[in-house]
Amino acid sequence: MVEIKNLSKKYGNKNALCDINFSLDDGEVLGFLGPNGAGKSTTMNIITGYISSTTGTVTVDGDEILENPIAVKRKIGYLPEQPPLYADMTVKAYLSFMYDLKKVKLNKKQHIEEICKLVKIDNVYDRIIKHLSKGYKQRVGIAQALLGKPRLLILDEPTVGLDPNQIVEIRNLIKTLGEKHTIILSSHVLSEVQSVCNRIIVINNGKIVADDTTSNLSSDFSTENRLILSVEGDKDKILSELKSILGVKNVTVNKLGSDSAAEYTVIYDKNNDIRSTVFSKMAEINCPIISMNSNNITLEDVFRKLTSKN
Amino acid sequence: MLAIIKREILSYFSSATGYIILAAFYIFGGFYFYMTSLAYNTTDLSYTFSNLFIILIFIIPILTMKLFSEEKKQKTDQALLTAPISLTAIALGKYFAAVIMYLFCIFITLIYAIIISFFNSPDWAIFASNFLGIFLLGSALIAIGMFLSSITESQIVAAIAGIVVGVLMLFMDSIAHSVSVDFISKFLSRISFMNYYNDFTLGILSLDGIVFFLIICILFVFFTVRVFEKKRWS
Repeated sequence: MVEIKNLSKKYGNKNALCDINFSLDDGEVLGFLGPNGAGKSTTMNIITGYISSTTGTVTVDGDEILENPIAVKRKIGYLPEQPPLYADMTVKAYLSFMYDLKKVKLNKKQHIEEICKLVKIDNVYDRIIKHLSKGYKQRVGIAQALLGKPRLLILDEPTVGLDPNQIVEIRNLIKTLGEKHTIILSSHVLSEVQSVCNRIIVINNGKIVADDTTSNLSSDFSTENRLILSVEGDKDKILSELKSILGVKNVTVNKLGSDSAAEYTVIYDKNNDIRSTVFSKMAEINCPIISMNSNNITLEDVFRKLTSKN
Repeated sequence: MLAIIKREILSYFSSATGYIILAAFYIFGGFYFYMTSLAYNTTDLSYTFSNLFIILIFIIPILTMKLFSEEKKQKTDQALLTAPISLTAIALGKYFAAVIMYLFCIFITLIYAIIISFFNSPDWAIFASNFLGIFLLGSALIAIGMFLSSITESQIVAAIAGIVVGVLMLFMDSIAHSVSVDFISKFLSRISFMNYYNDFTLGILSLDGIVFFLIICILFVFFTVRVFEKKRWS
């Protein structure tokens, strides 16, 4: 659905983007991840036709952005980093204006109402935008992106500056939208991308440094996993039992937990899931496990590794 | 384009700007109408029209100052530029909205003519020439004002620059006369708005003037489009 080839962008002498290549299939939800200033917004602005690339092509559904900008723009719903809202308009007037601007040919009233219900702004429909909270403004921004049922949604840092409740709500909304739209979402919040996207592109200094599924990305980066255990019972006995399990590389005692339970960190080979073995071994020696957490290497670690390399 | 025209006009009236512009134009226009026509018992509105130039110098930059500067500042231009609509349509939409607002302003002169007609029939042909003149003059100044608004993010800068251009146009003739280099002097008087406009206020429907103002309009709308085109590529 989206095909990006050899995309480069120079601002004066500075290379903002350097030979970006990727393609996106119908229905994919792509997370565009990178530190601030990595080139996420630049890429999105090029795809949406707001700015032009220095070299390279962007094709959406067979139409190239420079050759046929209007056809491409018609297929894209875009929420820029700062939602493009006219503060002095009511939500109703604004959405009506955007509907006309985008030359959407649907039942206007019904279409706008549907979107307002979906993004839950129907209760502020008649209010002036400048009086809305940040969360609501963001939703109005998403609502305008949804006008005309675009097949591709591009959301530039949709949860920045929202409070934790609003973030969860917007994420859930994006998940819902992902069922019907192809989405490109940029963020520097890893947990967000992890929870919403099925594919991640990590970009740093204008270059793609990783492009993979969410789970592959995190698993590729380590050969070992961590298990954090709280077990009641005799420390030495437990330690020796844990060390005897196949695949276990190291066991350390962290601290004495509450009651008689102590906390242990077990480092083991990631190809060898030891959790059920641990469970039965502890049961055999009659030492109850109070808690057990498998602590995979996180996307945060991956991200830091990838973006600090260059 | 229609969507943009509609939004712009509504935005003039959603704040005090639109009302202030109309009120200011009507007050000063009325003042000139009274001083140059009614007080002198003449049906000739030409003096009123030629004095309106001074009002336009202040009114039009206020009319055009926020057309693009505010969009850039609030980043709402992203919505316009990523919508399936051409840059020309965006610029023309903004331009026509300001021109329509301007028509609301100058329609008051029609009322002056009607008031005069209670006393004695005014020369409608001269009035028509005057009206066309002020319409073209304003349209040209609006195009320039819109262009100035497109190159800055500050409304104030756009307004001041617009006023400077207007005042320059008012004095262009005097400047032209004081320049001793012949071809520069000629060139300056050729681009003097006041020169062309005075012809209209005398009732002379000069093709020169019509073409001149139309070229200015087209040129500066084109420049505005180029500003955004350039911004996209830089």
